[in-house]
Amino acid sequence: MPERARKIRVSCVLNGSASSFEAHPMARLLDVLREDLKLTGTKEGCGEGECGACSIEMDGVLVNSCLVPALQAQGAKIRTIEGVAIGESLHAVQQAFIAHGGAQCGICTPGMILAALNLLARHPEPDDAQIREGLSGNLCRCTGYMKIFESVVAAVRRAETGA
Amino acid sequence: METRVIGKSVPRKEGREKVTGRARYVDDLSFPGMLHGVTVRSPAARGRIRAVHFEGDIPWHEFTVVTAKDIPGKNCIALLIEDQPCLAAEFVSHPEEAVVLLAHHDKYLLEEARRSVRIEIEPLPGLFSIEDSLAQKEIIWGQDNIFKSFYVEKGDVDSAWARAEFVVEGTYETGAQEQLYIEPQGMIAQVNGAEGVTVWGSLQCPHYVHKALMILFGLPRERIRVVQAETGGGFGGKEEYPSMIAAHAALLARKSGRPVKIIYDRAEDMVATTKRHPSRTRHVTAVSRDGKLLAMDIDFTVDGGAYETLSPVVLSRGTIHAAGPYACANVRIRSRAVATNAPPHGAFRGFGAPQSVFALERHLDRVAEAVGIAPEELRRRNFIREGQTLAVGQVVKEKVDMNALLGRAFELSGYHAKRKQFAAENSDARGAIKKGIGFASFLHGAGFTGSGEEYLASEVAMEAMADGSVHILAGSTEMGQGTNTIFAQIAAEALRLDCEQIRIVQPDTAHVPNSGPTVASRTAMIVGKLVETAATKLLKTLRDSGFLREGYSAEDFSRACGEYITAHRELKSFVKYEHPRDLHWDDQKYSGDAYGAYAWAVYVAEVSVDMRTAEVRVNDFVAVQEVGRVINPVLAAGQIEGGVAQGIGFALYENVVWQEGRMVNAQMTNYVMPTSVDLPAIRVCFEEIPYGRGPAGAKGIGELPLDGTAPAIANAIAHATGVDVRAIPVTAETLLEMLEAVHA
Amino acid sequence: MRAYLPAYEMETPQDLAAALERLAAESGVWKPFAGGTDLMVLLEAGKLPHKKFLNIWNLEELRGIEVRTEHVTLGALTTYAEVQRNETLAREFPLLCRAAAATGSVATQNRGTLGGNIANASPAADSPPVLVVYDAEIEIVSAGGARWVHYASFHTEYKKMNLHAGELIRRIRLTRKHAGWKQYFRKVGTRRAQAISKICFAAAARMEAGRIADVRIAVGSVAPIVLHAVRVEESLRGQRPGDAVLQAAQDALSAEITPVDDMRSTARYRRQVARNLLGEFLEVLAG
Ligand SMILES: Cc1cc2nc3c(=O)[nH]c(=O)nc-3n(C[C@@H](O)[C@@H](O)[C@H](O)COP(=O)(O)OP(=O)(O)OC[C@H]3O[C@@H](n4cnc5c(N)ncnc54)[C@H](O)[C@@H]3O)c2cc1C
Ligand code: FES
Ligand code: FES
Repeated sequence: MPERARKIRVSCVLNGSASSFEAHPMARLLDVLREDLKLTGTKEGCGEGECGACSIEMDGVLVNSCLVPALQAQGAKIRTIEGVAIGESLHAVQQAFIAHGGAQCGICTPGMILAALNLLARHPEPDDAQIREGLSGNLCRCTGYMKIFESVVAAVRRAETGA
Repeated sequence: METRVIGKSVPRKEGREKVTGRARYVDDLSFPGMLHGVTVRSPAARGRIRAVHFEGDIPWHEFTVVTAKDIPGKNCIALLIEDQPCLAAEFVSHPEEAVVLLAHHDKYLLEEARRSVRIEIEPLPGLFSIEDSLAQKEIIWGQDNIFKSFYVEKGDVDSAWARAEFVVEGTYETGAQEQLYIEPQGMIAQVNGAEGVTVWGSLQCPHYVHKALMILFGLPRERIRVVQAETGGGFGGKEEYPSMIAAHAALLARKSGRPVKIIYDRAEDMVATTKRHPSRTRHVTAVSRDGKLLAMDIDFTVDGGAYETLSPVVLSRGTIHAAGPYACANVRIRSRAVATNAPPHGAFRGFGAPQSVFALERHLDRVAEAVGIAPEELRRRNFIREGQTLAVGQVVKEKVDMNALLGRAFELSGYHAKRKQFAAENSDARGAIKKGIGFASFLHGAGFTGSGEEYLASEVAMEAMADGSVHILAGSTEMGQGTNTIFAQIAAEALRLDCEQIRIVQPDTAHVPNSGPTVASRTAMIVGKLVETAATKLLKTLRDSGFLREGYSAEDFSRACGEYITAHRELKSFVKYEHPRDLHWDDQKYSGDAYGAYAWAVYVAEVSVDMRTAEVRVNDFVAVQEVGRVINPVLAAGQIEGGVAQGIGFALYENVVWQEGRMVNAQMTNYVMPTSVDLPAIRVCFEEIPYGRGPAGAKGIGELPLDGTAPAIANAIAHATGVDVRAIPVTAETLLEMLEAVHA
Repeated sequence: MRAYLPAYEMETPQDLAAALERLAAESGVWKPFAGGTDLMVLLEAGKLPHKKFLNIWNLEELRGIEVRTEHVTLGALTTYAEVQRNETLAREFPLLCRAAAATGSVATQNRGTLGGNIANASPAADSPPVLVVYDAEIEIVSAGGARWVHYASFHTEYKKMNLHAGELIRRIRLTRKHAGWKQYFRKVGTRRAQAISKICFAAAARMEAGRIADVRIAVGSVAPIVLHAVRVEESLRGQRPGDAVLQAAQDALSAEITPVDDMRSTARYRRQVARNLLGEFLEVLAG
């Protein structure tokens, strides 16, 4: 029987509320979210940092949760897709993804939306190059990205017109 | 025609669940007491299994261990035939073939255990190329390594050579391509005495899985249940392989008495599951002085991997599409699918056609060059028109105007001006960037080939509830391509309701009828038509009952449903596919009406090539197609854009590196698909000619974009550099070598 | 996730001194863990042999970019995102910003660190060529003290370097002497973003009256370690960029590099493209 190390307790702020969990220190934050905290909106597409399906925000920056060990979540402020809508009212980016075909199979969508939100936080009015750059770590096999770009642009327009 | 919802971009039915992360994919599901399962796979490509050793410091007694001996029924994954074992018993025929299954509740310990199983194999020599298989260096399948061959003949090819001004020959190759859906494959199974076998999973074709499990377990139909979870992309990759994972999960569940979940990680998904068939096509073409195609002699071979799986069907589609949208009096197509010791190649969007269309469209540019006319001129002189006959003997009865599509595509892309401009700019020998523009013209048949739809005899049911909501029951799956939404639109249109009033019942073999597999661009056109008919029937029942008046509102409809159900208990309709009487297909001669309808298209690609690094960039892409009536413009454009993106990957980036039948670059880092910065603007244009037999006039579109993208790009690269591209992917490495050869 | 997770331990030391003490007490047992963008990938694949890690991510002593008259000093934990946001770097060390921008994508740039990139010692990494070109120095600390080494001689052979168990890379120092140099960077990857280099070429030269007065060139992915192309530099010093000079420099480069075939590219490609990029660099110098 292989040796077993102890688990640690980690406290963080998750989608605005204090949260704590027990995990092996090097457990992937992705697994902690999905399995221990039952937040299955964050997806695994590769487990190697390539696809971005597991993207979340940690202390305001975009990270791949498959590459973050549980221990490093100690004290962090974390936002996942479950923390994007306010109750039943969707964020403008989410609405735009529905209206403009930004989601097809939907498996990349939670990560893509987090990446889009993070992009808009850094560049509130991104140009085409900034959008492409900002989403380049989030692979989508369904859309060819065009409708995702359109969704981001539409969300910006909504924000501008206050619609 | 005035429509309510057809032709409108109504939002995706399950969009809200998807953007909030609430949609439940298989790995998001969990059952009490559930174990995790893993597969232990063959380290060798071909050989005899000598022994299986369970080693290491592992509490083996805690594990559920399954081998071929534990299979209650037949050890096969039944598809067209039953040659592929579920678990290898004595022999292995490809690397990563499943041999042993393990289950445990601790998934980390399970991985440690997987590493501690050693499968001892006495190796046998393997075949790893089409050439070696054809040369029969070993016989690894049947008598001759050939899964299937076809022979198509129209006119008399051999009589044409003598009359020809030019005879142009060429051999073209395409590589394997990984579907790379972002959600890896997975299944959960539960087996108990009361209900039999139930599986939930990421899959395209619930009834394929259902059939495979019946035979594996030796159980009757009603004791097997297959439920589709939300599916994160398929593209053909979840057509046949899910039966394998379902079988494995179910065997572990049966033995352990607990629910078992098997989720592949990316590396396992890449090394073990199917890919697009590698292909080799040889063309010999006779042309007259004025560029008329006198004869096309085509020899098409695909590598099927170790077991037959769907290779005959892939080969069939590839064969039928091999001569393209051209009228040529004399055509001969010989084709075959051969066995090698790689994991079986399988369904991937386009299904054989992208391979043979690449060869043809690249070849025709070379033919034009030989004749001394522009590539578009060669196409124009040979495009098929209404009333003319395709290679397989099908008389085209649809309105088709390839010239108009070509014109539109050229206008949108500025083809003529750019062709001139680039030629001038490229003539500066020192220029580091060369630009090119190229195109491909092609067709894609929608639905199953030949009599396929007749055999499938798909069914759809519909039920109205007392509150007026209407449920569609179909085995067609949503995996991102929009099935739910367009079905709702079709039903809503026929019933004159809004889409919100239509519900799509989750595909579950216990509840929905068999609507055939969700493949072959057949869902909108074939199954959608059944949905439309079911809706019309339902409406007629309601009308005939007298509960519903002319010019009804949604409220009237709901009230009428309530009244009808009070009176008659339920309000249902059921339809079964009926093959149009005037479509005939001869399986023996391989001729006749191969498809009920075709989509027609011209794609134009503009590229630049950096001569220092041989990197190709696609700068602009125009996709013009005639696909009948477009049911949902945003979804349809999304299908084309996504397909073009996959086609760009197929043409330039996606290179499976093989070593003795095993994919060695099985990571997303090393098998590269396009990111958001690798793609041009993809400009999509639909010409709509309603198709009489499609729902509201629609034809199929799903696979089409895979066919023309790669050859358009290859032709553009040839235009930019003068390099005679014969194979894809055109990686920078291969292009650099070709450039050196041209300039040497 | 293929690793046997319970076998892995990680601890967070309070400060640098505590970290160094821990590293010294059990020599070779603990290994630093920074942003994890290399380590977690190995863990996931079940290929991380080491089992005990010290989480250095929170060590303030290893953070921050400090601009002084003579030098710019970057903490080992400086991320690619931080590199790109720094104005002095953008002005005087643009190659470092370009390498950072070309590394992975947003999420990787937020977590990946320069110290990790150096210590991971991949021949395909993108910042090493730039650090060689800028003649960076790195400070290596241990419980026993601190030492500065020239980065150009830090890597010795494939995955081997002048860094011992118990040592940490603390910071990276760049001398502010490149203002006015002509600078060139080009990464040729498998695609345009989120790509591993097939070849990464960094170079800078100081021109005097049309002649190359001083020059530094380094190339990634063409040798077991980042290649400092000293012979190419020698062949260029004092020369005017031109066809003959290029030819000689390319020949020197061909002799210096030892590229291999792997699943991402071929030796032949790397060889030819390295020559071509050298040509492009000389055009920049001539232009
Ligand atoms: C998706 C993806 C894309 C990538 N793309 C690129 C790319 O384009 N170009 C590129 O160059 N790299 C790329 N990388 C790798 C790059 O992110 C890493 O090399 C990164 O810089 C390592 O930093 P880290 O802090 O994450 O290191 P870690 O993973 O934490 O550590 C890496 C190694 O360095 C050691 N280490 C870390 N910090 C120190 C220190 N201060 N002192 C001593 N040893 C230390 C660790 O012990 C370990 O051996 C990519 C990675 C991913 C996941
Ligand atoms: S799962 Fe984390 S990046 Fe793919
Ligand atoms: S919508 Fe399917 S991967 Fe993006």
